[in-house]
Amino acid sequence: MSRPSGGGLAPGTYFTMGNFACVEGAILAGCRFYAGYPITPSSEIFERASVRFPQVGGNAIEMEDEVGSMAALVGASFAGAKVMTATSGPGFSLMMENIGLAYIMEAPCVIVNVQRAGPSTGIPTLVGQGDMMQSKWGSHGDLEVIAYSPSSVQEFFDFTIQAFNSAEKFRTPVFVMADQVVGMMWERLRVPPAEEIEVVQRLVMEPVSAIDRERVLFDYTRDFLPMAIVGTGNRANIDSLTHDSRGYPSTDHEVSENMTRHLAGKVKDHAKEIWRWEERYLDDAEVAVVSYGSAARSALAAVKSARAKGIKAGLLRLQTPWPFPDEVVEKLSSKVSGLVVAEINFGQMVHPVRENSRCPVVGANWAPGTLIEPRAIVEAIQAVVAS
Amino acid sequence: MKVQHHLNDDVIRSERLPNIWCPGCGIGIVVGAYVKAIQKSTIPRDRHVSISGIGCTGRVSGYLNLDSYHTTHGRAIAFATGMAVVRPELEITVIAGDGDIGVIGGNHLIHAARRNVDLNVIMVNNFNYGMTGGQHGGTTPLGAKTHTSPYGNIETPFNVPYLVAAAGASFVARWTAMHVRQVTAAISRMMEVKGFAFMEVLSPCPPTFGEFNGFPDALDMMEYFRDKSVVDHNADLSKIAVTARPEDEVVVGNFVDRRRPSYQELLGDLRTRVATQGAGKK
Repeated sequence: MSRPSGGGLAPGTYFTMGNFACVEGAILAGCRFYAGYPITPSSEIFERASVRFPQVGGNAIEMEDEVGSMAALVGASFAGAKVMTATSGPGFSLMMENIGLAYIMEAPCVIVNVQRAGPSTGIPTLVGQGDMMQSKWGSHGDLEVIAYSPSSVQEFFDFTIQAFNSAEKFRTPVFVMADQVVGMMWERLRVPPAEEIEVVQRLVMEPVSAIDRERVLFDYTRDFLPMAIVGTGNRANIDSLTHDSRGYPSTDHEVSENMTRHLAGKVKDHAKEIWRWEERYLDDAEVAVVSYGSAARSALAAVKSARAKGIKAGLLRLQTPWPFPDEVVEKLSSKVSGLVVAEINFGQMVHPVRENSRCPVVGANWAPGTLIEPRAIVEAIQAVVAS
Repeated sequence: MKVQHHLNDDVIRSERLPNIWCPGCGIGIVVGAYVKAIQKSTIPRDRHVSISGIGCTGRVSGYLNLDSYHTTHGRAIAFATGMAVVRPELEITVIAGDGDIGVIGGNHLIHAARRNVDLNVIMVNNFNYGMTGGQHGGTTPLGAKTHTSPYGNIETPFNVPYLVAAAGASFVARWTAMHVRQVTAAISRMMEVKGFAFMEVLSPCPPTFGEFNGFPDALDMMEYFRDKSVVDHNADLSKIAVTARPEDEVVVGNFVDRRRPSYQELLGDLRTRVATQGAGKK
């Protein structure tokens, strides 16, 4: 545990944009390497990083595409840097290949997705939350991932710092699943004093002078492994193939089981440490809305409006969609008569919510490229109450 | 048979031998040359880094007793770029195949050459996708037969040294697996060059390329390289496409060796400029 080093934004209160707040959070978290490719509506992150990173002794480089950006992150991570990129849907799709590389190589890195509307090129300038399932299942081969979902400029700042801390601790790619509304929104940002900002550093492998050919570089019985940083004398082989405790490729079933269970288990077994959520009006709630990101702002308005109509509604705001906070949802579902999942897509997080609920679950879905309107959520609440 | 000791134990992970390569393959020759260049290098051993992609040549990194990275198909140069920017003092060598470097990773290749990232890239060109059993790619000669060009390849292949030189690399060479000393010397030079240093090494691939294209035995293509190679350091690069036809010459040499600021140097200058001129801009 340490505190931010120099060059970060001074403590104080600012009026700023979500995408800018993200960069300032990253710098205070110790990030000094950015590789990216411009894409709406995330480009302000890259632009801000291009101004700010050289000021703090870092690098913000432009790659030829998002495939290259993500590959560069993994290389830079093994060089010891805290690293990040930001993108939106089309770029996120291109990054999936090397997100898997970061996962199997256990390279800490932060990927920010400022989600936009629609499939393919869709509507670059408008909001969507259509990449939530992609963040979990998009890279092939069964990954267990960590994702944060900010609902405000302040949270975009806070969760970016948190994402770096989780990436460093768990040595895995971590997503900040923002959206166009949160990214481009201007709001108040409070930058706390350095002593209030917790900064986590990865475990680093001690350099070895004599090379023991049978040494265990990757002790998969441990949850968190020290990272072999390039050029420090470890002479480790870091492989995208399934590999054994020495880092060498293997097709052995036991080796595969040990490695893949380790990669998933370090996140799954510590899920409760990662989970973050906010509860509003849940104490006496008879029906609850589950939401996240910018949609949760409408959800809160809908809950208040339902209460004005005499319906005891509440809100569960998922700040970490992944790993999915199953026990939190299950507990809530045994207290209320129904759940409404409000999101800017045709139904994504509604699936894990339903899977873990003991009560009826309905979706309030809306995805024309605008923020979901509270009335759509109120209607869903009323429908749940009526049934 | 398990190999206990190897003459180059200090650079080779001998416990991993024998390697996976087929009899008659040229990749091992290139590895040997790289090992010799490292042994001669005055750069501390722990600064040498080997990065490869996927495929037969992609397996090189795993046999080297260095910090080694076996990355994704085509992405070794992009991976290396991130590492090289953060740690400019490293001596990073990307070794990968023609499909990896020149085709699926072709975009990363030309842009790294354009930026003049200080990296060494050795592309072993065996004219086909070998590990997947012999399919045609972007370097397969016109007319060549592979499992995906059974009636003869109709595509014109890349002349990769010409491409990389045009993109702006500091150093560009081509040799063959027959030219062991020249390959070794070129790698030593690439380690000195500040900027993007690229070498194509033509290699036999008897089972999946040679078999169907007039070079079926292990020595056939080596004899072709011996008999038909022409050293011309000043060659017109637009005219050095490889046909792999027995009657055609193979032009080899160290074609380009020029000083351009490397990407890492330019980034360092940028950071210095920002630090000295103050952060007041924007």
